[in-house]
Amino acid sequence: MKRGFPTAKLLLSILLGAWLLLALACGRKEAGGQAGGTPGTWQPSYGDSIVEASIGDISGLIPNITSDSASHEVGSLIYNGLVKYNKDYNLVSDIAESWDISKDGLVITFHLRKGVKWHDGVEFTAEDALFTYKTMVDPKTPTAYSEDFRQVKKIEVLDRYTFRVSYAEPFAPALASWGIWMLPKHLLEGRDLKQSPLSKNPIGTGPYKFKEWKTGEKVVLEANPDYFEGRPYIDRVIYRIIPDQATIFLELKAKGIDYTGLTPIQYTKQTEYPDFRRSFSKYRYLANGYTYLGFNLLDPRFQDKRVRQAIAHAINKQELIEGVRLGLGQEATGPYKPGTWYYNPDVERYPFDPAKARALLGEAGWRDTNGDGILDRNREPFKFTILTNQGNEDRKKTAEIIQRRLREVGILVDIRIIEWAAFINEFIKKRKFEAIILGWGLSPDPDQYDIWHSSKTGPDELNHISYKNPEVDRLLDLGRHTFDQEKRKAYYYKLQEILAEEQPIVFLFVPDALPVVASRFKGIEPAPAGIAYNFVKWYVPKELQRYTK
Amino acid sequence: MLNYLAKRLALSIPLLLGITIISFVVIHLAPGEPVELGTELGPKSGAAAKQALRQLYGLDKPLHVQYLTWLSRMVRLDFGRSFSPDGRLVIDKIAERLPITILLNVLELGLILAVAVPIGILSATRQYSLFDKATTVIVFVGFATPDFWLALLLMILFGVHLGWLPISGLRSLNYEYLPLWAQQWDLIRHLILPVLVAAFGGLAGYSRYMRQSMLEVIRQDYIRTARAKGLPEEKVLYKHALRNALLPVVTILGLSVPGLIGGSVIFETIFAIPGMGQLFVQSAFARDYPVIMGILVIGAVLTLLGNLLADVSYSLVDPRIRVGREG
Repeated sequence: MKRGFPTAKLLLSILLGAWLLLALACGRKEAGGQAGGTPGTWQPSYGDSIVEASIGDISGLIPNITSDSASHEVGSLIYNGLVKYNKDYNLVSDIAESWDISKDGLVITFHLRKGVKWHDGVEFTAEDALFTYKTMVDPKTPTAYSEDFRQVKKIEVLDRYTFRVSYAEPFAPALASWGIWMLPKHLLEGRDLKQSPLSKNPIGTGPYKFKEWKTGEKVVLEANPDYFEGRPYIDRVIYRIIPDQATIFLELKAKGIDYTGLTPIQYTKQTEYPDFRRSFSKYRYLANGYTYLGFNLLDPRFQDKRVRQAIAHAINKQELIEGVRLGLGQEATGPYKPGTWYYNPDVERYPFDPAKARALLGEAGWRDTNGDGILDRNREPFKFTILTNQGNEDRKKTAEIIQRRLREVGILVDIRIIEWAAFINEFIKKRKFEAIILGWGLSPDPDQYDIWHSSKTGPDELNHISYKNPEVDRLLDLGRHTFDQEKRKAYYYKLQEILAEEQPIVFLFVPDALPVVASRFKGIEPAPAGIAYNFVKWYVPKELQRYTK
Repeated sequence: MLNYLAKRLALSIPLLLGITIISFVVIHLAPGEPVELGTELGPKSGAAAKQALRQLYGLDKPLHVQYLTWLSRMVRLDFGRSFSPDGRLVIDKIAERLPITILLNVLELGLILAVAVPIGILSATRQYSLFDKATTVIVFVGFATPDFWLALLLMILFGVHLGWLPISGLRSLNYEYLPLWAQQWDLIRHLILPVLVAAFGGLAGYSRYMRQSMLEVIRQDYIRTARAKGLPEEKVLYKHALRNALLPVVTILGLSVPGLIGGSVIFETIFAIPGMGQLFVQSAFARDYPVIMGILVIGAVLTLLGNLLADVSYSLVDPRIRVGREG
């Protein structure tokens, strides 16, 4: 699903953590027997290869210790979790056949499938799940995803196929956290993860087996004939590493690539010719992320809610979508993806209205007293700098359009674009910014405690805008400590109302993901989770197969 | 001669040490740290996880301690392990990319020399002729053309429209299944565009140097003497003049030795060639200190060796220098 943002090279590194869950959601097939097929004449058959383009090389073959989306995508075909997300973002069975959650929400008992085999033939048991947990919380494991597992109070193996986890308090994201890739105990115990043979030759339980990784060149996977949900149709998956967007597109046009993401201009203009339309199918759906304009709420000017609302009114979101995404996206109204069960569509919106923006700024004391066209207060002109990271064209363009719109209501904006590592370390962490344009990736669970809670404002933490609101804190706490979906929905609806009213950040837009797949691949069924969720059910009819060796 | 060599080699040790200290400090001064990229902005990454990573990599220790640790490993020729999640040995990472980059650069340099030296000689001996003017224009056009742009145009023409050549990469996907001769042909086909584009941009330098130094030499008295004693023109030019005119070109060649291991990032990115340039830039963005230092040390050693080599070959070509230094 990195294809969600084809233009954004650096987004890879930006939407990191959320992609973990996302990769889980999208890298796998859907449960159950829907032998996907376009209604019609094609018969599913085994064989052929799919060539995908990846803009960045994978950083490792054990996804638990990597954080880039390419590694997660490859890892998700090799490994399984206990649970996974299906096409509608509901948690369904993966290695765990079923699970019980105790009434108080404190204990989860997983019942594992019997007969799930590692690629080397050894059976998967509850001991492996326990080992994976231990690895995740081991301080020597260089993983970024240990946090959810630190909430675990007690963990026990009841028998070969039963596994019980207890929490100190009910923790809603707990179940989803068990989508983590399961690691083989018999191959890893007592070894350093990074230096184990598995880091070169991974053994998982997933639909594909690892064949080879030529650094900077390609990763090759082969179908696992003994996969517990049935052998995948496509025999080989080849990730070609092509670090340049233009080259990827040329390879696509020359049919050297079967599956990649398009940029808006490629989607709307450069692929609209008959040969391309015949050879490829284009898809379009909302990506799992949004772009925002964030304020440093430690800055007294932005502490005034009216100023933030005024800026929201001064920005024309539709124009941003047209200008930056060529219309391929949707207005963002809050921190959730439209269409999910927790998305509240009835929150306050901020239509483009410069007059109202000026009025609100006037109320807050910002007036143009010296007639130079720039608002001022106590002789201080209203002037600030928007920071964003290098390598993301969308954000740069967004900043430029906003700059112009804010100038029209009398606010002077400078733009600075900074290389990622320096951007994070020198500006975000040290809170040395006035405003930023960034994006958040979204995981299927609505828990965003780490982004909005007032306790998460430390230098290494994610509430870098320093947002503090007791009511929001309370709702976040309630939301993550119940499993009851209706209750959670109510809490998160309310949360969105507050965020929309307060505008701690201006929610700008949710871009469309624009994947393209060679038309010989059948069985693709777009769903809220995208297209990749049923990858193992994709197939190429015998008569259309291209790579026969 | 041996004495001179030993002296030069001994002098390069403190020089090398200085280079490593400066590189080490500068890299660590650059804002950002390796734990950043793995963890930052992931909603599921905690502060504790980051602190654990810092300790794991020894980044919590003072800089001079880190440097001494690195140096003590370095003198035992241990380049250490990369910080990236694959955790591979730095030396392996460099070793798998070096041959590709060297192959490309040697081919490129060979092609440049094969074309530029004759161009330089001919335009010197036929100064202000049509040939001279035409090649001047061509090599400068090559010099001025942005290579990524030319690369894209050629990829569109030969890759997409005509379908004669592969667009990117080094090998076809079915490479393993091909017989040996077909594998070699496959590799050559993949190399044509990158080598061609790279060489086109590099023609100007060498051909101009060659022309200039040839022009200087053929105005010398001993050339007039050679002609006066009735030697045929070919012998005058190619035996007497050329050998002397090659001197500056040899110097430049020696100086370009370290360049052989440094790939061009733009180039490798466009053609999806996994070479040194990409490795270096990716390591720099990821703040993968061990890999950066490894590449810098190898680069520094080769630069020093290259300089030495240039000096030595100089003295071989020109006896005056040899005499001067021994005296």
